Amino acid sequence: MSSEVISRHQQQKRDRLLRGSLELGIIVAIVLVLMLVMPASLPAFRLKLLGRFLSLAIVAVGIDLIWGYTGLLSLGHGIFFALGGYAFAMYLKLNGPEAPLPEFFTLYGVDQLPWFWQPFKSFGFTMLAIPIIPALVASVLGYLVFRNRIRGVYFSILTQAALIVFFNFFNGQQELINGTNGLKTDTDLIFGQVVSSEAAQLAFFETTVALLLAAYLLCRWLTSGRFGKLLVAIRDDENRVRFTGYNPTGYKVFVFAISGAIAGIAGALYTVQSGIITPSIMEVAFSIEMVIWVAVGGRGTLVGAILGALLVNQARTMLSEQFPEVWLFFQGLLFLLVVTVLPDGVLGGFRRLVTWGRSRFASPSLVTYPAVEANPEIQHEREEINQ
Amino acid sequence: MLANEPILAIENLTVSFDGFKALNQLTFGMAAGELRVIIGPNGAGKTTFLDVITGKVQPQTGSVRFQGRDLRQRSEHAIARLGIGRKFQTPRVYLNLTVRENLDLACNPRKNVFATLFGRPSSGDKRHVVGLLETIGLEAKADLSANLLSHGEKQRLEIGMLVAQSPDLLLVDEPVAGLTDEETENVGALLLALAESHSIIVIEHDMEFVRQIARQVTVLHQGSVLCEGTMDEVQNDPRVIEVYLGSEQ
Repeated sequence: MSSEVISRHQQQKRDRLLRGSLELGIIVAIVLVLMLVMPASLPAFRLKLLGRFLSLAIVAVGIDLIWGYTGLLSLGHGIFFALGGYAFAMYLKLNGPEAPLPEFFTLYGVDQLPWFWQPFKSFGFTMLAIPIIPALVASVLGYLVFRNRIRGVYFSILTQAALIVFFNFFNGQQELINGTNGLKTDTDLIFGQVVSSEAAQLAFFETTVALLLAAYLLCRWLTSGRFGKLLVAIRDDENRVRFTGYNPTGYKVFVFAISGAIAGIAGALYTVQSGIITPSIMEVAFSIEMVIWVAVGGRGTLVGAILGALLVNQARTMLSEQFPEVWLFFQGLLFLLVVTVLPDGVLGGFRRLVTWGRSRFASPSLVTYPAVEANPEIQHEREEINQ
Repeated sequence: MLANEPILAIENLTVSFDGFKALNQLTFGMAAGELRVIIGPNGAGKTTFLDVITGKVQPQTGSVRFQGRDLRQRSEHAIARLGIGRKFQTPRVYLNLTVRENLDLACNPRKNVFATLFGRPSSGDKRHVVGLLETIGLEAKADLSANLLSHGEKQRLEIGMLVAQSPDLLLVDEPVAGLTDEETENVGALLLALAESHSIIVIEHDMEFVRQIARQVTVLHQGSVLCEGTMDEVQNDPRVIEVYLGSEQ
C-alpha cells in the first residue's frame, strides 16, 4: 500500500510542470497560427479586421486585470484607449504628407502648431507616450478616487463621468485636435510606407499579435504569486487587507495605471488598423461594450477576456453584414444570457461542462463514506506514515 | 522589566456619533504580556473601543498610546504595521484563496506595492507559514480554498493570520460566537498558547469561555470602564451584577 501512495507534494509538482508546459505549447501554437497562418490565408480586408479585434482583445485583458481580479469595474476605459490612439495619430500626422502643419489646422485659422503637438514629432516620444500618458491619467484619477475610499458602483459612475468629460473636451476642440472629425491616418506615412498599405498593415497586425501576447503575459505575471493573491484579497475584502498592514490604495492605483497603459497601446493599434480616430471612441456605449467582452469570455481568466473580445466582435461583424438592424438587439440579448445563464462567461461554462462530462461519462469511481481518498486529513496522515 | 511597561495606554477617550457617546472618558491600561478579557452588555462600546485602537474610528478627545507611540491620526494599515493585529467578530478570511495563501499574505514582511510584486516569499516566510499551520491545526487543509473550511476552522485561520503579522498586541473580537463546545475549547487553548508570547485583548460574551481563559477582566458599561479585576472579583462586584451579570441570573 505504502509504495502505491505517491507523495501528494511530488504529484502536485509534476502536475504543475505538466500543466505549465501544456499551456506554453498552446500559447506558442496560437501565436504561430496568428502570426504566420492568418496573414497567408486571409484576404487583406479580413486580416485588418482580425487585427482590430485582436487590439480590442488587448484592452479586454487590461480590463480583466482590474475587474476580474481586483474588483474595479471601470466604465471609462475609452479614455485611455483614445489617448493612446490620438498619441499615435498625432505622430503620424506630423510625419506624413501634411507635415509640418496638418491640414485641418488651416481650416480653423491656426497657423502655428499647438505646443502639446510639438513632442509628437519624435517617434521615440510617441512610443513612450502611448502607454505612459494613459497610465498617468489613470494614476491621477485612480489616486483621487481610491484614496477617498470610493468603491464599487460609485467608482464605476465616476469613471463614466470622467469619460464624458474627456469626450466633450475632444469633441469640442476643433482648433486643437480637429474635434468631432477626428484624425485620419490612412494617407499618412510610417517609416516611408503609407499607413493603409498592405505592408504597413501586415506589420501592424504582427505587432498587435506580439503585444497581445505581451499584455497577456504581463497580466499573467501580475495575477500570479503574492501580488496576484493580494489583488484577489482586495477584491474580496478590502478592509481585512488594511488591517493586515497593506495599504490597498497603492495597489489599486498601480493596477489601474497598468490597465490604462494597456488600453492606450490597444487604442494606438486599433487606430492605425481602422484608419481614423474620432472622439466617438469615447462614447459611453463603447466603454461598456469592453466590459461586456470580458463578461462574455469569463471574468478573472485573462484567456476568457481575449476570447470574449474576439467572439463578440466576430459575431457583430457577421450579424451586421447580414442583418444590420438586429445587432443592438443581439448584443442586449447576449448580455442578458451571460448574466443569467453563464455568470462565469463562456470559459466558465465550458469548465462546468467538462466537469459535468467527466462525472457523467468517465468510469464511475466508487464513492464511499467517508470519502477516504478525498479527505485531506487522511492523505496527510498517510504521507506522514510513509516518510 | 519590559513586562511592566504598559503596551497600551488609553486616557480620557471620548468618541461620539452624532451626539451619542459610544465611548465616554474611557481610561484603560494594559501591561505587555497580559491576556485581558473585556466584557460588557450590548452597546457598552466594546467594538468601538477596538475601532479606535486600530484606526477605524478617530476619537474626539483623549489619547491612545501603543508602546509609547501615539496612534491618533494614523491609518489602519500603518497601525497594523506598528504591531497591532485585529480579528473581527465574524471570521474575515479571503474565501477564494487557500489556507496557505491566506497566511502567506499576512506574514509578508514588506507590504508595499513593489516589494510585494518583485519579492519572492523567503524560505523563512514559508517555514513561518508551516509553523502557523501547525499551531492552528490546519496543516492537512493547507491547500484547500478557505471557503471549504468550517466556521470554527475559519476562526482559527483568522487568528493564525493575525499571528502571522507578528504583532505585539492581538485584538480578538468575540472569537467563539457561534462555535460548538469543542471548537470553543480549541480556540480557548489556542489563545492561551498565544498568550505565552503576545499581549492579547479578547472581547467576549460567552461567560463559560471567559472563565476558561480570563486572568484579568475589564467590564465596560456605557462607554466607560465600570470595574477591573480577576474573574471572581468582577463577578462579585455589585455594580457589575446590576448592569450585566445580574441579567443572566
